[in-house]
Amino acid sequence: MTKQGFFEIVSNAPLTENVFKMELCGDVSAITSPGQFVNIKLDGLYLRRPISVCDIDGGRLTLIYKVVGKGTEAMSRMKNGRLDILSGLGNGYDMSLSGDSPLLIGGGVGVPPLYYLAKKLRESGKNVSAILGFNTRSEIFYEQEFLALGCSVTVTTVDGSYGVKGFVTSALPKNYSYVYTCGPEPMLKAVFKGISTSGQFSFEERMGCGFGACMGCTCETVTGYKRICRDGPVLKKEEIKW
Amino acid sequence: MVNTSVSLCGIALDNPIIPASGTFGYGYEFAELYDINILGTFSFKGTTREPRLGNPTPRIAETASGMLNAVGLQNPGVDKVISEELVKMKKVFHKKVMANVSGFSLEDYVYTCKRLDACGEVGWLEVNISCPNVHGGGMSFGTSCESAAKVTAAVKKAVKKPVIIKLSPNVTDIVSIAKACEDAGADGISLINTLLGMRIDLKSRRPLLKNTTGGLSGPAVFPVALRMVYQVAGAVKIPVVGMGGIATAEDVLEMMLAGAAAVEVGAQNLVDPMACKKIIEDLPKVMEKYGIKNLNDIIGGAL
Repeated sequence: MTKQGFFEIVSNAPLTENVFKMELCGDVSAITSPGQFVNIKLDGLYLRRPISVCDIDGGRLTLIYKVVGKGTEAMSRMKNGRLDILSGLGNGYDMSLSGDSPLLIGGGVGVPPLYYLAKKLRESGKNVSAILGFNTRSEIFYEQEFLALGCSVTVTTVDGSYGVKGFVTSALPKNYSYVYTCGPEPMLKAVFKGISTSGQFSFEERMGCGFGACMGCTCETVTGYKRICRDGPVLKKEEIKW
Repeated sequence: MVNTSVSLCGIALDNPIIPASGTFGYGYEFAELYDINILGTFSFKGTTREPRLGNPTPRIAETASGMLNAVGLQNPGVDKVISEELVKMKKVFHKKVMANVSGFSLEDYVYTCKRLDACGEVGWLEVNISCPNVHGGGMSFGTSCESAAKVTAAVKKAVKKPVIIKLSPNVTDIVSIAKACEDAGADGISLINTLLGMRIDLKSRRPLLKNTTGGLSGPAVFPVALRMVYQVAGAVKIPVVGMGGIATAEDVLEMMLAGAAAVEVGAQNLVDPMACKKIIEDLPKVMEKYGIKNLNDIIGGAL
C-alpha cells in the first residue's frame, strides 16, 4: 500500500568512496516486506528517485545508495532536513519459500535490500548464507553487519583484492535451500544460470512514478507483463524469461 | 462559497480537474492514497483494439522541469479493459469516466470506441490521434486535417456519447486541425498531447530512451500548451479541454482563462500522486484570492 509522508534525516555518511548510508525517521508502517523500495522527491529534480530499503528498526529507515547521477549526488550532500517520500512501494521478497538454509547473493548496491531480508530470515531461525560481491576491496561494505546477524558470509571481489577472487558465482556453495538475489542485470543472469534451486530476483528499471500508474517500467515475463515498480521489483525465477 | 462546477459536453463535473490518460491507470493506485471521487472525472489508460506491451525499456527519462516517456500505448486491449479493468475501477470510482482510445486504422478506432460507448460507466470518448510513441498509427492520424476529420466522422457515426478529439502539438497548424475535427462533428477538443523530444546519455553516447524519441510533459511544456489552447479555443465553438504541464490551481485558472472548459493533469500525478487532490483543495482558495466566484465566468476570459 503506497503511503506519502515526510521523513527527517538523522544521519548521512559515506560507507565507501561513492556509496552512502542515510538514516531517516518517519512513518514506516507501509513497508511490509524486505525488498521493497521508497521513492524520494528532491528539490529541483522532477522525477522521484527510487531507493531500496536496507533496514527498518523501530521508526528508523536505513537507505544505502550509490552516487550515480544528479539525484543521488544531491542526496549525498544532505546533512539534515525533511524528505517527501513515497513508501510501501513494490512487491518484496516472499520469505515463505526460503526453506531452512537460504542463500542471499548481492552485488554492489544490490547488497542493501538483502540486509533487511537477512535480518528477517535470521529472526525466524533460518541458517542464512550470504555472498556479497564487489569489484575491489575499497568498495566493500556491510560484511560486518551481515556477520553480526549471524549469517555465514563470503565476500567476492572481481580483482581478488579481498575474499574469493571472481564474481559471486565463483563462490556458490554446494547446499542451499533457496536463493534471494539483487544486483546488476549481468550478475542476475549469471546467478539465474548458476543456481541449482529456485529463487527470487530483484530488478532495477528507470521508473516514472514508482507506484504502478505510468507503465514506464514494464517487462515481459512468463506470466505476462509486469511493472517492475508494482508487480516487482522482485520476480520469481520461474517468471523470468531468460 | 465559490462555484467550481463546470459542464463538459453536457455532463456536469464537480470541478474541472481530470487526471490525464496514461498518468492515472484505471485509478486504483491513486484510490489507495485518496478518495478519487473528488475528481471531476479521469481519463483512463489509452485503449486499443488488441493488447499491447508497448515499447522496450528504458521508456522514461528526466528533463529540466519535466520528463520524456515512450511507453507506447501499453494496455490489455479493449476486451480485457471492459471485462476486468472497468469492473475493478467501478469499485473505487463512481462517476462517469472518460475512455481514451487509440488505434492503427479507422476500423480500429471505430471498433474500440463502439465497444466503450456501450459501457454505462463511460461518459465521454477521448479519441487520441496524437500518440507520438507508436509507429503507423496514433499521431499519424492527427497530423493532417483530412485524416483527423476522417477519424472524427467515422467515430461520431458509430457512437452516441460525446467525442473529444485529443490533438498533437507536433504539427505546423494545430488550429486548422482542431477546426477540421469540429467540422467533422467532434463534441470537444483536448490538447496538448506530449511534445516530441529526446535525451542522450553521455556515458553510452546513445539516446536515453530505447525508442530514441519520447513525449515531453511536465511544467516545462505549460506555456506551449497554454498558447495552443488559447489559439484553438479562439477558433472553435466546441468545448476545449486544456492540458500540458498543469501542476497547481493557478495553472488551472490560467488554462481556463485561455479558453479551457476543463483541464487534464498529467505528469504531475506521477511525481506527486496527491497532486489532483491538492489542486482541488487549493482551487477555492486561489479563486477567492483572484476574486473569482464562479469558474464558468472565467472560461476564455483572456481571449
